[in-house]
Parts: sequence; C-alpha cells; structure tokens
Amino acid sequence: MNREAAISLLIAAGLLAAPLLGNAFDEPFVITLATKVAILGLAGTGLNIALGYGGMVSLGHAAFFGLGGYVAGILASHALNYEPLFTAPLLVEGTTQMLIIWPVAIVVSGVAALVIGALSLRTTGVFFIMITLAFAQMVYYFAISWPAYGGEDGLSIYIRSEFPGLNTLNPLHFFAICYVLLILAIGFSFLLSQSRFGLALGGARQNAQRLATVGISPFRVKLTAFVISGMMAGLAGALYADLNRFVSPSMLSWHTSGEIMVFVILGGTRRLFGPAAGAALYIVLENTLGDVSEHWLLLLGALLVALVLFARGGVIGILAGQTRHA
Amino acid sequence: MPEPILQTEKLSKRFGAVVASDAVTLDLVAGEIHALIGPNGAGKSTVIKQVAGEIRQDSGSIRFAGRDIGRLDMVARARLGLARTFQVSSIAPEFSALQNVMLAVQSVERKTFRFLKPARSDTSLKEQAMSHLVRLLLDDRAEIRAGDLSHGEKRALEIAIALALRPKAFLLDEPMAGMGPENTAKLIEILDGLRTEAPILLVEHDMDAVFALADRISVIVYGRIIASGTPEQIRANEEVRRAYLGDEGHDGAA
Ligand SMILES: Nc1ncnc2c1ncn2[C@@H]1O[C@H](COP(=O)(O)OP(=O)(O)O)[C@@H](O)[C@H]1O
Ligand SMILES: [Mg+2]
Repeated sequence: MNREAAISLLIAAGLLAAPLLGNAFDEPFVITLATKVAILGLAGTGLNIALGYGGMVSLGHAAFFGLGGYVAGILASHALNYEPLFTAPLLVEGTTQMLIIWPVAIVVSGVAALVIGALSLRTTGVFFIMITLAFAQMVYYFAISWPAYGGEDGLSIYIRSEFPGLNTLNPLHFFAICYVLLILAIGFSFLLSQSRFGLALGGARQNAQRLATVGISPFRVKLTAFVISGMMAGLAGALYADLNRFVSPSMLSWHTSGEIMVFVILGGTRRLFGPAAGAALYIVLENTLGDVSEHWLLLLGALLVALVLFARGGVIGILAGQTRHA
Repeated sequence: MPEPILQTEKLSKRFGAVVASDAVTLDLVAGEIHALIGPNGAGKSTVIKQVAGEIRQDSGSIRFAGRDIGRLDMVARARLGLARTFQVSSIAPEFSALQNVMLAVQSVERKTFRFLKPARSDTSLKEQAMSHLVRLLLDDRAEIRAGDLSHGEKRALEIAIALALRPKAFLLDEPMAGMGPENTAKLIEILDGLRTEAPILLVEHDMDAVFALADRISVIVYGRIIASGTPEQIRANEEVRRAYLGDEGHDGAA
C-alpha cells in the first residue's frame, strides 16, 4: 500500500471515529460537525471530478449544491403541508423519502449542469470561471426573488426526511447515511479516474488538441464529467438541506462555490480523499480558530496561497510526501 | 493513376495581408509518400492544418475517402481516418507514453465512454498500444511520463499515436525536425514501411529524407504550389532551384 492510500484509510477511519467518540462522550455537536464534513466532502468530491480530473475551474458549483438543497426542501415542504406540487396534467405530491428526493436532486442538478456546462465549455480559462460564476449567480438571484419558497428568507423543513430502516433524527444514523454516500462517491471517483473515460478526461485536461486529434471530442468528455460532478454536488446539497432542516439562497451563493473549491484545493486536487480532508480541515479550523478570532479566514487565505504556491497536491500531497502532482 | 484518397481543390487561406495558401491543389494516392517542401513560412503547415480541420479554409474544398470534409471539425476528420502529427510535438505530458497511445486505441474502438472498468487492466487495450510503440522502437520507454521523453522520442511517440488510429492517410508535419542523424535514419526506415498501410502527406525540411522517401514532391512558395512531380523532375526544375533548392542542388535547403 502506498502512502497516499494509507493516509486515505486514516482519514476514512478518523471521520468514522469522530462521531462515535462524540456519542460516547455525549458531545452531539461533534456528530453534527462530522456529518457536515461528510456532506461538504461529498460536494468537494463532486467538484474534484470537474476541477481536479477535468481541469475545469468551476466557480458555479453552488448552483448544483443549492438546487439539490431546494429539491429536498421543496419536496419535503409540499409533503409536510399536504400540498401537491402539481395537479395538472397529473398529480405530483411532495415526499419526505430520501430515496425519492436523492434521485430527483441528482437529475435536477444534472440537467442544470448539462445546460450550464454546454454553454460554459465553449470558453476556457478565466472566461470559463466567470461564466460558471455568472450562471450560478443567476440561479441565486432567481431563488431570492421567487417568493413561493421563501425567497430571501429560505425555506424551513420541519422534520428531516426519512430513510427506510433508519431513524434519521438520530444524529448517528443520519451521519452514517452521509458517510456511506461520501465513501461511495469517492469509490466511484476512483473507478472513474482509472477508466477509459478517466484516461480521456485526463487527456482533455492536459491537451485538448491531442485528444481531438485522436478523434475523441474534448467537449463531450468534459461535459460528461461536468454533469457527473454537478450531480454529486446536487446530492450533497439535498443532504445538507436535511442536516440543517433549512435551505436558503446562501447555499447558491458564490461564497458557497468558493468554499467547495477551497476544500478541494486544501485537501489536494485529484486526491481521492482530498476534498474530504479539505472539508475536515476547514471545519476544524473554523471551529477552533474561528472561536479565537473572527479573522481566521485571513489565516486560511494565507494557508491557501502557501499551498497553491508550494504544495500543489494540497494537504494530502504533503502528507504523502509528494508536493508535485502525481 | 488510382482515385486519390485525399484531394484538395484550390485551397486558399489568408492571415491579414499574408496569403498563406494560394489555390493549393494537391492529392494523395494509395501507397505513396507525397512530400510538400518549401522555405520557412511558405505555408506548408497551413495546408496540413486545413486538411486536418484545425483551421478553416477561406475557399476551396477538401475531399477525403470519397466525401467532402471541408466543413467537418478535427474530431470528425480524425474519426474518418486522417492521422496527423504536429510540427511542435503535441502529447499529453503527464501520461505515460503507453497511455498516450491507449487514448488513440480506445478512440478507434469507439469505446471511450466506459466509466467503471480500469483501463490499466484492459490487456487488449494495452497490448495494442504496446504494439505501436514497438514499431517506433519505444517499447522500453512505454512507462515513462511522455513529458519526460527526449525530443526525438516525443516525435516518435506522435507517430505511434498516429499509427494507432489505423488511418487511411497520414499528415506528418516535419517529423524529423530537431532529430539527430541516427534517429532520422531510423525514422526514414519506419516511414518507408508505413506507406503501404496508408499514404503519407509529408512536410519535411530534411532534403535527404525527402529525396530518400518521396514518390512525388510538391514545392510551395508564398502559399502557391510552384511545381509538382517526381523527385527527378523536381531536382531538374529550374524554378524550384532558383526559389528553393539553391543552385548547388538539394543541400542548400533552408
Ligand atoms: N495563425 C496565424 N496567424 C497569422 N499568420 C499566420 C498564422 N499561421 C501562419 N501564419 C503565416 O502564414 C504563413 C505560412 O505559415 P506556415 O504555414 O506555418 O509556414 P511553414 O509551415 O511553411 O513554415 C507565414 O507567413 C506565417 O507567418
Ligand atoms: Mg511549418
């Protein structure tokens, strides 16, 4: 086993141990934080497919994260208020079943990623960053100005959605759901990165002209990866809404896009456990330094700059003893 | 002569005031190496780029394998069987030499959108890719990061990738550029054997290589083809000598 694999295992074990210890020592807040790490790590794992493997610097992933959140919030609020979503042409009711909410969140954020990706991928570099940001801002302002689902105030979900056989109101049960989804997403990312598609995606990142010359469309490859990436972020958003029992436009804001990107860069782009490690580090710093000084973000900024300049592989890269990309 | 596989008809392309292609008409028939020579800036690469679909001609047409391809993009033309190498090597630098070739193999198999099975354990994919590296004498460099290969090895890797496409025609833009005499000699031998698999449109500055390999030569100056014929005819052509080869014969090539 190489060093990165050992570190990954350690992170996976650590993230599992934290809420169990929190439970044993009667510190429920630790369970909430660990759940948050799992969910945000999942969003980052999604972004890592676009940003890390595909080299697409998207500053618009909050759109997919937030849409996933709104899907969960809207479906649940309709179910809890006994108001159908549509009556014509056919009756569609809300639901509090995670097993229905998740696929809907994945499809909705996937369609959004397809549209946004298809338009944004006609550009590269800084223009791509700006366009993805602009699209996410459009969704953000739409949510703010749409009163039906709370507008600026957001939308509360009275009761966490359900999962068969588990009590999702038990923090440990809900953590387990998020943790398993995170591990599945990381496992999927691993397979993807090793597959033929992963090879083509790496080719598109390194040299799109080379890929086109062998007859593989860089556009199609990147768009596919962008959609998968958006779907994962959407699933994470649905879980995040359930964690907080609340969705608001802030989930859609550029600030959220930036945070998800910070997780990926902190942990290390193209490191399987990088986004989870980055999310964990961010949340630990936020809850330790953040208590000491409200200027902790300044410190985080300095840390990020140092990582980008001196350790492109992020924290995982440093721990694995490789400060260069593999 | 048999029906040409590739035929350009009065291709023209301007960059501002520069006429890079001026009604370029040339063709490529099965089994041949057709060399396109001319001084620096004459418009050789511009012809290759238009045929490959990297840039769009202002006017004129391109027929390939029985169809008009003048409006297709690079991807579509590659899929139809046009394999192209670049004047400045263009590879995926972080991938191994083998992975670079694997990309071409999976493209030809039309099996790129496979998400779960590891490519590494796909023995057929690897073996096919390896066989092309073997032909370019790169098999012992298969696992080296392509970006770390020597200049000559990168040139050879591009040809291995082109081979892996099982093309109907090769477009090679100065494959010998910057190679030492030993590697050039090896490459001449390899290209010599390649023409029976698919004809080659060869842009090359190395006149020894050109006269050793070419069945036909076209000379381009200021975007215009000024002469086209067998190597003997070109060597004897007064206008070509004046414009390009220099009076003392083919050694004066720039
Ligand atoms: N993209 C471009 N923009 C402007 N001028 C160009 C461009 N590409 C080529 N040219 C010009 O067109 C002419 C032909 O270039 P090129 O085809 O590269 O020549 P060759 O390959 O024969 O050396 C040159 O004068 C070159 O400066
Ligand atoms: Mg040139």
